[in-house]
Amino acid sequence: MALTMTTEASKAIQHAATFPVFTPHSDYARSIAGLSAGVLWTTLGILLLVMGLVSYAVHKFREKPGASTPKPVYGNVKLEIAYTLSFIVILGVISVFSIRAMESSDPPTHQENSLLIVAHQWWWEVRYPGTDIVTANEIHIPVNQPQQVGLRSADVIHDFWVPELGRKMDIIPGIENRSWFAADVPGTYLGACAEYCGQEHAWMRIRVIAQTPEDFARWEQEQLVVPATPTDGDAARGAQDFQQLSCASCHTIRGTAANERIGPDLTHVASRQTIAAGRLENTPGNLAKWLLEPDLVKPGCKMPNLHLPREQLNSLVAYLETLK
Amino acid sequence: MSEVSVLPLPMRELRDFEEKNTLLSWLSSCDHKQLGILYLLTALGFFIIGGCEALFMRIQLAVPSNHFLKPEAYDQLFTLHGTTMIFLVVVPTLLGLSMYLVPLMIGARDVAFPRLNALGYWLLLFGGVFLYTSIFFGNAPDMGWFSYAPLSEKPYSSLPGVDFWALGLFSIGIGTLASGINLIVTVFTMRAPGVTMKRLPLFAWMTMVNSFLIVFALPALNASLAMLLIDRGLHARFFTPDTGGSPILWQHFFWSFGHPEVYIMVLPAFGIISEVVPVFSRQPIFGYGFVAASTVAIALLSFAVWAHHMFAVGLGHAMDIFFAFGSMLIAVPTGIKIFNWVFTMWNGSIRFTTAMKFATAFLVEFTVGGLSGVIFAVVPMDWQLTDTYVIVAHIHYVLFGGTMFAIFAGVYYWWPKMSGRMLSERLGTWHFWTTVLGFNLTFFVQHMLGVAGMTRRVWTYPAMPHWGLLNMISTLGAFLLAGSTVLLFWNMLRSRRHGHIAGPNPWEAWTLEWATSSPPPLYNFAQIPPVHGPRPLWDLHHPDQQDRYLNK
Repeated sequence: MALTMTTEASKAIQHAATFPVFTPHSDYARSIAGLSAGVLWTTLGILLLVMGLVSYAVHKFREKPGASTPKPVYGNVKLEIAYTLSFIVILGVISVFSIRAMESSDPPTHQENSLLIVAHQWWWEVRYPGTDIVTANEIHIPVNQPQQVGLRSADVIHDFWVPELGRKMDIIPGIENRSWFAADVPGTYLGACAEYCGQEHAWMRIRVIAQTPEDFARWEQEQLVVPATPTDGDAARGAQDFQQLSCASCHTIRGTAANERIGPDLTHVASRQTIAAGRLENTPGNLAKWLLEPDLVKPGCKMPNLHLPREQLNSLVAYLETLK
Repeated sequence: MSEVSVLPLPMRELRDFEEKNTLLSWLSSCDHKQLGILYLLTALGFFIIGGCEALFMRIQLAVPSNHFLKPEAYDQLFTLHGTTMIFLVVVPTLLGLSMYLVPLMIGARDVAFPRLNALGYWLLLFGGVFLYTSIFFGNAPDMGWFSYAPLSEKPYSSLPGVDFWALGLFSIGIGTLASGINLIVTVFTMRAPGVTMKRLPLFAWMTMVNSFLIVFALPALNASLAMLLIDRGLHARFFTPDTGGSPILWQHFFWSFGHPEVYIMVLPAFGIISEVVPVFSRQPIFGYGFVAASTVAIALLSFAVWAHHMFAVGLGHAMDIFFAFGSMLIAVPTGIKIFNWVFTMWNGSIRFTTAMKFATAFLVEFTVGGLSGVIFAVVPMDWQLTDTYVIVAHIHYVLFGGTMFAIFAGVYYWWPKMSGRMLSERLGTWHFWTTVLGFNLTFFVQHMLGVAGMTRRVWTYPAMPHWGLLNMISTLGAFLLAGSTVLLFWNMLRSRRHGHIAGPNPWEAWTLEWATSSPPPLYNFAQIPPVHGPRPLWDLHHPDQQDRYLNK
């Protein structure tokens, strides 16, 4: 079964920065990228020095036929002390810049989070404190507004990492870690879970969608709306099936009886770009594929294969597609 | 020349070497040379297994969204690959070389505790085999070689793989500990007359320091394994957050073993380089005292760097800065060593045998790994790059470009001593160049993959820009590297039949292992030359030009 991404959501992937670590889009990431450039050039210089010395020795001091045993050289204490001191100076300078960049890329956090992220095996729950908005795997933020994110785990250790926007931070069960990120240009920024967290660690990807304040406000309004339950056709049957099959025992759809938090909140599932934490582009066809065989689309995932008959599958897809 | 020391021949009549060469003699051996070779053969077997595991992983990662392997298979492979290469290949290879060579280098008949030596080896082999039997009992471990809690705990790993892993490593840990104690006592008490600590060959020096690392670090591993097993089997809560345990505690325990372990895998390799470079440069080591003392500095500092594996945990800036300083400092003695080896070549008359080629390449490849190590001591860079493919590249530049290149140098250097026959230099040169090319193709591009945002331990990945291409290059490199290793095996097999007879000292080397026949007789030395300096055979052949250095 070929499960490759098609055009729309994969646009973000095609336009992704080649080296996101060196393509910072926030002050936090920028201070790290600047430091990295300096350290990389320094280490490259040292590497070239060693390579140069080795190459010179290889060419200059190769054994010549008939040459006598060279005069033994036992060492040179002054030279040794000189290079010991120069290592200490270089590393000391790097350390000073490193500590400065720690302060600017990871400033102190306070009690109030602007975002709360709960990492699950293997998806992200994104909550907007003070509102009813809950989304999954896609984080909408307004540009140029630093976000303090609270990070909690529902199970094992995960790690939140969006390289263009800031440092990575582990998510430890039993502890709430806090960290900052921001974006200064509208766009889609890709990230991923960076700590091995079990079978589907690979498909625990993050999208940060940075919007202008107006677009963000519009998105916020849309997310706050409680979707109307469809009253006729396939979608209405799907709405009933959703409650009667086991869907409602894991998922939430606001305005219905389904209010479990084990799986992603589906109140506005049709408004998202991808399914299953970046595994598939969110199209009706892919959604059907996912509902039909989640264990093949994302082996090991917690979503069970319900062996849905064709009609139920179609009506469920029709219902979920109304949840814009 | 009055100090000529003659070891008395053993009182009891010994069976000669040929007669000893039966299967039973190997299985029941307490001889340090036979056990050394058993260690090396065991490591070779596991090297083939671990290498094949790597190839399977590289096939899976060759193209995006590949379905060659299922995720559970991939996770088992990377867990086994890491565990195997660290505990069953690199450490046993270095222990094997140490067990074989240290008694010879210090002019001893055997190690201090021959039976303990056998126990250490058999515990290691048992642990390794036990780990792999998990495959036949349900599942191999799949939580990573670092086994982070709570993923390794019952609720998230209910199958017995983790238990096999922990019990296997427990046995390996005890065996390794026994070997460490044995080597320390051997170096402290078994040195021949004249072999003072200041005249100890650097390989023996570094092995001795390394053994202290083993003695202090391995118990931390075994204690944490015991706690993990108690958590899993007896429902304790050491590492689970509910009812008061802490997953971060596991990380502290594990890395307080795990980082010294990195130096356990590197210090004896430094020892090999410190023997090979001088002999083939026809120069004494540049700054013997600095090389030996910097080893001690590395050993001490290696216990103050572990939390650099945990910068992304969010321990707070004060903690991060402390461990960043430790990690920066440890680069100083390491840098001293690199420059001392380079300056040993200076004013030399270098013979580019295969051993010397590998040692020279080591200087460059290890420097790449060392410098990328400095990058991970720069905390904000660590926050970006840790747990990406840059780390995968870094550890392989240290452990393959560093340790394995040194081991290859050591194999070409000491093979004639151990087998009595030379390896082919022509095949060796092919092996060398294909290894250099394959290694750099495989791992250099992984730096780029990490900076491109690819996280490690993923069984597959989306088709992000250039990820497919870079991964394909890495996979092709891995196959070239595997092919190059086949050349080494072929060279060894060929040498057993067709290799030129080596004689006692084919390289005109200077340390005591070359003062006896190749392979050495069961009793090692009939007579030990006088030892007045770190290079006894040099002194013997250059009576007018004896090493005055450190001749106290």
